[in-house]
This record gives sequence, C-alpha cells and structure tokens, in this order.
Amino acid sequence: MAQAAKEKADHFSAYKALAKALAGQDPAWLVNLREKAAAHFEALDFPTTHDEEWKYTNVSAVLKTPFRQHFEQDVTDLTVEAIAPFTFAETRQSQLVFVNGLFAPQLSDVSALPVGVTVSNLAQVPADAAKALHDHLATQANHRDEIFTALNTANLNDGAFVFIPKGKAVETPIHLLFLATAQTATIAHPRVLLLAGEGSIATVIESYAALGESVYFNNSVVEIITQADAVVTHYRLQQENDAAFHVATTQVYQERGSNYTSYAISLGAHLARHNLNVVLGDQHVETTIDGLYVVTGTQHCDNHTSIDHAHPHCTSHQVYKGILDGKGRAVFNGKVFVREGALLTDAHQLNKNLLLSADAHVDTKPQLEIFADDVKCSHGAAIGQLEDDELFYLASRGIAPEKARALLTYGFAEDIISKIKLKSVRQYLDRQVLDKLHQSLEVE
Amino acid sequence: MLEIRNLHATIDGKEILRGLTLTVNAGEIHAIMGPNGSGKSTLAKILAGHPAYEVTGGEVLFEGKNLFELEADERARAGVFLAFQYPIEIPGVSNANFLRMAYNEKAKHDGKDELDPLEFDDLIQEKLKIVEMDKSFLNRSVNEGFSGGEKKRNEILQMAVLEPKLAVLDETDSGLDIDALRIVAGGVNKLANKDNAIILVTHYQRLLDYIEPHFVHVLYKGQIVKSGGKDLALELEKKGYDWIKGASAAA
Ligand SMILES: Nc1ncnc2c1ncn2[C@@H]1O[C@H](COP(=O)(O)OP(=O)(O)O)[C@@H](O)[C@H]1O
Ligand SMILES: [Mg+2]
Repeated sequence: MAQAAKEKADHFSAYKALAKALAGQDPAWLVNLREKAAAHFEALDFPTTHDEEWKYTNVSAVLKTPFRQHFEQDVTDLTVEAIAPFTFAETRQSQLVFVNGLFAPQLSDVSALPVGVTVSNLAQVPADAAKALHDHLATQANHRDEIFTALNTANLNDGAFVFIPKGKAVETPIHLLFLATAQTATIAHPRVLLLAGEGSIATVIESYAALGESVYFNNSVVEIITQADAVVTHYRLQQENDAAFHVATTQVYQERGSNYTSYAISLGAHLARHNLNVVLGDQHVETTIDGLYVVTGTQHCDNHTSIDHAHPHCTSHQVYKGILDGKGRAVFNGKVFVREGALLTDAHQLNKNLLLSADAHVDTKPQLEIFADDVKCSHGAAIGQLEDDELFYLASRGIAPEKARALLTYGFAEDIISKIKLKSVRQYLDRQVLDKLHQSLEVE
Repeated sequence: MLEIRNLHATIDGKEILRGLTLTVNAGEIHAIMGPNGSGKSTLAKILAGHPAYEVTGGEVLFEGKNLFELEADERARAGVFLAFQYPIEIPGVSNANFLRMAYNEKAKHDGKDELDPLEFDDLIQEKLKIVEMDKSFLNRSVNEGFSGGEKKRNEILQMAVLEPKLAVLDETDSGLDIDALRIVAGGVNKLANKDNAIILVTHYQRLLDYIEPHFVHVLYKGQIVKSGGKDLALELEKKGYDWIKGASAAA
C-alpha cells in the first residue's frame, strides 16, 4: 500500500465510526451524502508537491500526524468569559461557537437575531429551514474531486447553517467561532452553509482560534450562496495556534445582481491553506475579495483564489497583501477567468508582499485568462521591502528607525484592515497584527 | 546656527558637492538658487541625514556641534527640518497619526509632555490655519492621493507642528498654482522668527516675491559660486545662469 493510502486508512477513517454512531439518527439524504463523499475520499489521493495546485505546499506532515476526532462535546468547563478574547462586542448575542468541531450550545447565543433568520447548528435546524438546508448543502463545494472537501463531507455531522430569508436585512453581524482547545492531536471538520436569500443583506464573521498550543488539524469547508441581489460581507479570521494545520475551502456562488465581499485574514497556523473560489453565476454580479496574511517564524500560508466570470456586466476586485518575517513562507495563486461571452467584465487583481527579513519567501502567481472581448482587466504582483526613501522621510520627522519600520508595516496592513467596517474587528486586527510582529505602536 | 565648511559629498562614487561653504545665523532667510542638477537637493538631503550620500570632506556644525554625529531622526528631534521636493506617500497611515507621532517624538526629546489624540487635535487645528488646510486632510493617508500642491502644504504643516530651528525647504514652490504659492509662502512667513533660520532652495525668483530672503546664493557644480542680497535673484531672473556659468568657468 502506498504511503499516503496507508495514512489515509490509519489516520482518516473516523468517518466510518461516525457513520455507525449516527446510523438511524440523520435523514436519509444526509446519510447518503456522507456515504458518497466517503467513497470519493477513498478513491482520491492526497496531493503532493507534484500536483500543480500544491506545488509549494507540502501536506505530508499533516498526513503523518495521527489525529483523534471528537464525537461528543466535552466543554463543560469552558465559559463565555474564557472565550471573550475571541468574540466581539457586536456579536455577543449573535454567535455560534464550535469547540473542536462540535457545537457548544452553552457558549452560543443568537437571541439578538430577528425572527425568521436561521443561525443554527445543522443538527438543530428548525423545520421551516430544513428544506433550504437539504436543497443547498454540499451543492457548491466539490467533494467529487477535492480530497479535503470529500473528507469534510464524509464527516458531515454538525456545522453552521446561516439562512437569511428573502428580503431580510440583518443589521446585527453574525459570528461563527471555531475554537480549538484540545490537549492531544485532534482533527475537526468545520462546515458552514450560508444561504443569503433574494435581496437579503447580512454580515458574517467566520473565525478560527485556539486556547492552547497543541497540534490539531482543522479541515474546513464553507459554502456561500448569494441569491439575486443579496449583499453579503464575509470576514474570515484565521488565527489558529502556531502548531496547527488548517486546510480550508470557501466556495461561493453568486446569483444575478448579488454582491459578495470577503476579507480573508490569515495570521495563524503552522501550515495554512485557503482556497477561495467565487463563481459569478449571472449578470451584474459584484465581487470583492481582499486578503491579508502575516507569516513569521516558520509559518507557511497558502492562498489559492479563483474568480470565475461567465456572464456579462460583472465586476471583481481583489487585493491580497502579505507581510513576511522570520523564515515565513507564503504562496499566492490567484486565478481570474473571463469566459467567452462575459462581455464588459471589469476584473482587477493585485497581490503585494512585504518582506521584512532576508529569510522570508513568497511565491506569487496571479493568473488572468480572458476569453471575452470588451473587458477591463488588470492583474499584478509585487514583492518588496521597506523603502529607504520611506524610512528616511519618517526619520526626517524625528521617528526612530524601529518605530518607522513598525509604522510602515502597519500602514501596509492597514490598507486592508481599514476597509473593515466593524469597529471591534478592525481594532482587534490592528492589535493582533502589531502583536504578531512584536511592534508596539500607539495608533487609533 | 549652521556652518558648512568646504563640504564634499558623493553618491555612488559620483562627486556632487565640491567644497561648499555657507554660514546661516538665527533669524536669517537664505535662498539657494542654481540650475537643475547643481546639487541643491543633495545639499538639503545631506543636511537632513539621507543615508545614500557619503560625505567625503569638510564639516557641518549645527549649533556648534558636528551635525554628522547625529542620525537623521536625531537631527530632526534636535531641530533640523527638510521639506521634501518630492514628499513620500505612506499608504495606510493617517496624517493625524503621523503628525502626532512626529510631534510626540520631538516633545519627548525636548522634555515636554506628549499629547494624546484629543490634546493634539487642539494643537493641530491652529496649525491647519497656517496652511489653510481642511481638517479632512488629517484622516487621509500621508500624502496618498494628494495633489502636488497639497503635498507641499502638508510639508509646511509638518514644519508648523515641529517648529524646527533650521528648516530647509527644497523647491517647495515648484508645481504650485498661484493660490497655493501664496498660501505656502504665507505659512513660511508666519513660521519665520528671530530664533530660527530658513534655507529656501528654489530655481525661480517668484517665490522670493513672497518670502523675502536676507541672502541669495547661487549653487553651481557643487559649489556656491556667487552670493548677494535679494537683488541677485532679480539679476538671475533677467540674465539666466549662463553668465554665472561663464564666470565660474573663468575662475
Ligand atoms: N541617487 C543618485 N545617484 C546618482 N546621481 C544622483 C543621484 N541623485 C542625484 N544625482 C546627481 O547629482 C546631481 C545633483 O542632483 P540634485 O542635488 O538633485 O540637483 P538639484 O536639486 O540642484 O537639481 C545631478 O547630476 C544628479 O543627476
Ligand atoms: Mg532638486
């Protein structure tokens, strides 16, 4: 048996036990979905660096770690106060918390959300939202071809379902927190379905954090559907601990006239891979995906994005910025497809990297493939250091070199962070980014 | 205040300043003129401490002490200010944060109290008036998306906040329309006093219609080749630099 196949059998067979444990509990369609995904998982191979899409990200360390999977929640000692550093003032009564992949009801509170809006763990979806769940779950993320998505789907047990019905504007942001607390190597398969009904408006924060320093593996899949004219703002804050592995796919499908904005911030994990794929499924769609990654020490962070324009009159904007220090390593691979017939597409992509140390390294590959006429498209990538002229300008105003470096680095990140409208998220990120770079700056 | 004696300096091995001598006292305004490429910006940047230039000879005393013993940021805190010919943009850093940080660094050095955002707000309101700038400039990133004139006004705003002893203004008038020129020059006039000194680098006489210098010097090929009063600027305006070039070659 090949090494990866053996690891698969040894380390990733928990879904079999899960299927047995849940036999008779779940609806037939869900059992069926898990079984299909399990079959795909068994047929697929884990990627190696020989696969083009995984050329710079080696997951062999993930596969070699024998992870344990939790089937029952055991968070009795965890309090709302203990998780306060990872929650936000605006969302204390609109948050779902998952601990080691499992729903934690005593830490969750959705009382601030209006009637008719569903923010629930999958196992407790109210009857009137059950059909929407059944109709949309696992319709976007590709568990047929993507092994990590197949594994997640084969383990589909609990997760978050956010359903904003037609025409609802939800002012209160919704927070989905995935917290790792395990003392032993644990695997979890966070799963989210966000269905924004026609003309609805919502803001969702999806965050990953850890209490503790042990290794664990989050294999997450998020599906987002923005129906006609819906407006969704999505904050993704990945702040796993320094030992963690994080592999995630966010799969977005946008219907006519909808607007999706994503801020994907990666600060944590030993190894992180995020695939963000957006399909612009009809005309007049607007997409903005901005990102910020900060790697230090020996961290590795890989962002793979894809923006797929298949229809006329759509706009997409993407700015991903990276700060690399120590021996940090980052990968950016951004594909923008403008397919035949996607006339009057307006698509702009930019990846900028700031290297703070000689040992840091980034591989960046923006890709723009245009098969349509009459489009406005641009893409670019930059890798640079702090400019002497910028440092001199600050020095000439009396700002000492170390502070000047901190200020310029902060400014580089702030370009993305300042766009975040939620004040407590913005302030939280300011602090986290500066702390991470060991820079003390007093800024507002 | 400032004594430059026989200063020689190079960049990338190329000699730019070739024995420049100049004395500036408190309360004086000096204009340095000269054709493009004569070394005016080089002199300004060397005084401010730009690391790319190498001083190969001569000395500069600032308030009697060797200026070259101080790093660029130390010179700024000691009271040397350079208004840049091409101010740098700093995306993501608000003008307010930047100005307050600069102010506080100097305040700390001077043994004065640092200001919190509210206190600084009071101070900056007064300074904004000097350059007729709108409060909205404070929330924008430093120089980012500023027009040429706005950048130059922002330089003078920084000068107003830092209240330097010696200010070197490098082509602060170039690229300004007549209103901006009037505002910038008015700001400089308000900031000039008997305890500070100003060096105006320019190659147009017109700035000197608004700011009256006590001395005018012509810099050519890295040396001061002629000095005089403000009439010298008028003469240069009329005759151009060729007669100076001829004179310098003859000498
Ligand atoms: N970074 C540099 N590298 C090489 N030569 C330079 C550099 N900066 C300026 N110079 C040269 O130094 C000379 C003086 O330039 P500068 O001081 O900018 O003149 P001015 O301000 O009087 O127009 C010019 O010949 C210019 O080409
Ligand atoms: Mg110049």
